Amino acid sequence: MKVLAALSGGVDSAVAAARAVEAGHDVTAVHLALSRNPASYRSGARGCCTIEDSNDAFRAADMIGAPFYVWDLSAEFQEKVVEDFISEYSAGRTPNPCLRCNESIKFEAVLDRAMALGFDAVCTGHYARLKHSDKGVELHRAVDPLKDQSYVLGVMTAEQISHAMFPLGDSTKVEVRAEADRRGILVAQKPDSHDICFIPDGDTAGWLSRQIETKPGDVIDAQTGNKVGTHKGAQAFTVGQRRGLALGNPTGDGERRYVVDVDVSANTVMIGPPTLLDIDVIEAVKPRWAGPLPMQNMAIEVQVRAHGESLPARVTYESDAVVITLDDKLRGVASGQAAVMYDGTRVIGSATISRSRRSS
Amino acid sequence: MAYLDHAATTPMFPEAITAMNQLLELPGNPSSQHASGRLARRHVEQARETVATFFGAQPAEVVFTAGGTEANNIALKGIAWSERKNDASKRRVVISAVEHHAILDPAQWLEDFDDFDVTYIEVDAQGRVTPQALARALGNDPSDVAVVSVMLANNEVGTINDIESLTAVTREHNIRFHTDAVQAPSWLEVDFARLGVCAMSISGHKVGGPHGVGALIISRDCVVEPLIHGGGQERDVRSGTLDTPAIVALAAALDVVSRDRTDQVKRVGLLRDELVDKVRSAIPNVRLNGDSENRLANNAHFTFPGCLGDSLLMLLDAQGVECSVGSACNAGVPQPSHVLLAMGANSDDARSTLRFSLGYSTEQSDIDALVQALPLAVERATRAGMPRGGS
Repeated sequence: MKVLAALSGGVDSAVAAARAVEAGHDVTAVHLALSRNPASYRSGARGCCTIEDSNDAFRAADMIGAPFYVWDLSAEFQEKVVEDFISEYSAGRTPNPCLRCNESIKFEAVLDRAMALGFDAVCTGHYARLKHSDKGVELHRAVDPLKDQSYVLGVMTAEQISHAMFPLGDSTKVEVRAEADRRGILVAQKPDSHDICFIPDGDTAGWLSRQIETKPGDVIDAQTGNKVGTHKGAQAFTVGQRRGLALGNPTGDGERRYVVDVDVSANTVMIGPPTLLDIDVIEAVKPRWAGPLPMQNMAIEVQVRAHGESLPARVTYESDAVVITLDDKLRGVASGQAAVMYDGTRVIGSATISRSRRSS
Repeated sequence: MAYLDHAATTPMFPEAITAMNQLLELPGNPSSQHASGRLARRHVEQARETVATFFGAQPAEVVFTAGGTEANNIALKGIAWSERKNDASKRRVVISAVEHHAILDPAQWLEDFDDFDVTYIEVDAQGRVTPQALARALGNDPSDVAVVSVMLANNEVGTINDIESLTAVTREHNIRFHTDAVQAPSWLEVDFARLGVCAMSISGHKVGGPHGVGALIISRDCVVEPLIHGGGQERDVRSGTLDTPAIVALAAALDVVSRDRTDQVKRVGLLRDELVDKVRSAIPNVRLNGDSENRLANNAHFTFPGCLGDSLLMLLDAQGVECSVGSACNAGVPQPSHVLLAMGANSDDARSTLRFSLGYSTEQSDIDALVQALPLAVERATRAGMPRGGS
């Protein structure tokens, strides 16, 4: 196959591309330039798309014998990921930009362009497995539970999955690093990237406060309705958050209090004891199915955050609405996040959480 | 492999490689006082005479540099500083809008980090600077202009400027004029004295010489403040031990150009014309950019509407056809061509370009390979369309 390998400059995508070459594919490497003004050097484990990363990607491509190009997707990234991130936060929701990037950049803009240019598949260093059968291609969790990235790939449609290649799904990170070392890929010991790549200092609240016009508002006790403090802007708060409330001693009984609701239009942050966060019904919109639609009321597992647990639940759905009923109560579900549904290790699909509540 | 990117760099002539290899074996710093030093210096001075003769200059006017970019930086900043030193009101630098980044960026630097202002001269739809446009840029009171820089031939679209007609304008006001002649010597007779400029930049690897060597030809009466200090080896304008082997190889390359240019301009010009004709008949909606008459004999620069130049380059590369999108890269990311934008193209068209540049080693088979690979590449790149640009 003619394979387009996306090389970030990190160890995972380099080993993934090397494995694609070894499997006999005709591999071309591209580095996606996602920032308009890339910094020269990477700092720690944060940020991406620096000139140093691009050079690392070039060297990795060269080592594995793949021609290398840089594709400028900075405008798409700005519009589909960064601006979406800002507008979601402005609306009081908590988006996952990595998911959005996979959905609209890597497996849409890049995949579409690759297909048009004559490639058969796009290869990335994500940890997830693809299982091919006569029914099509299934997306599964990776074998390494610590690295499993099926959650951030949960937005992929069946069509996108059928043109994807994830050569690392059967390996652990330790194995991948060792393999990079063995192959002489210089970035073998480069730290994993985490956090949000376009917020290099990791200060999401500070970054948002520069993008969104915020004004101070009230922090209100959800149980009493009393004002208990002020905040700098409701948009920076996420349901389930505890840090950053700056209320001093929380309550007389010493019980910790959490953000239980954010109302951006009223610019209020509601706080309360953790029990108020317990929900068991998740309502979600914009479903994307990774394969055949599940049966109504099917017993599934659902994951609601990137490194969250897999929770038993049942799902019902219409064309643009999904209701997931959890077997057990769950604490702190933020709207805007994705609910990714699994059947065992297989990804069924995902939907964007619009509301969560208690069934009783 | 069909190499059609000679404007980026062209292979060294065997004569230049031989000359360089011979010198690499010799000891001797041309600044040393002993016999080995004198021998090295003899080679440098002979090379200087060759370069001077080739460009219609005097040997004392030739300053060797580590390439064209360095020559441009020395010229623009060095002349601007020296003019301002004499007359504090000279705080304006005037350059064409289609200069290479080796002029655009130093000019921008003079604005950002020094107290100069930059005025850009508009070009016409062919990318040419006219005397009228230069006069407009100079304005009613050009007494504040420290230096004007206009390239002899454009590196992207190959348009040749009539420098003599431009220096006629600046001469009236006694304004210093520099020209970046990096792309020209293999294809045009370049006579420093006749152009009427006071400084002119040359690069080794564009004329069949080595990388990392170039020259700035500076008229005797033009004072240039140095950028690089430390020994003053080259007329106190440029310091650093002279790279004798590279300088000698540059001269050897110019000897080949002197000998072969007339024939090569004819031969390569015909190949280029054939390339243009065949590309036009294979891809009917293609547009040739630049001047159809006053252009370098080795240059063909096209807009392929609806195709990202990037996509085409990649697809042709996969077929062994090597060319360029023609515009500068920022961190490996091709930007819309500032040259095309200045010529009036829209942003999409400025990203839909490819430059094919031929050289003394280009053969018919290179043209054939391109013509064979192009239709499928254009078909696929058209299907991929125009993603949104980064700027």
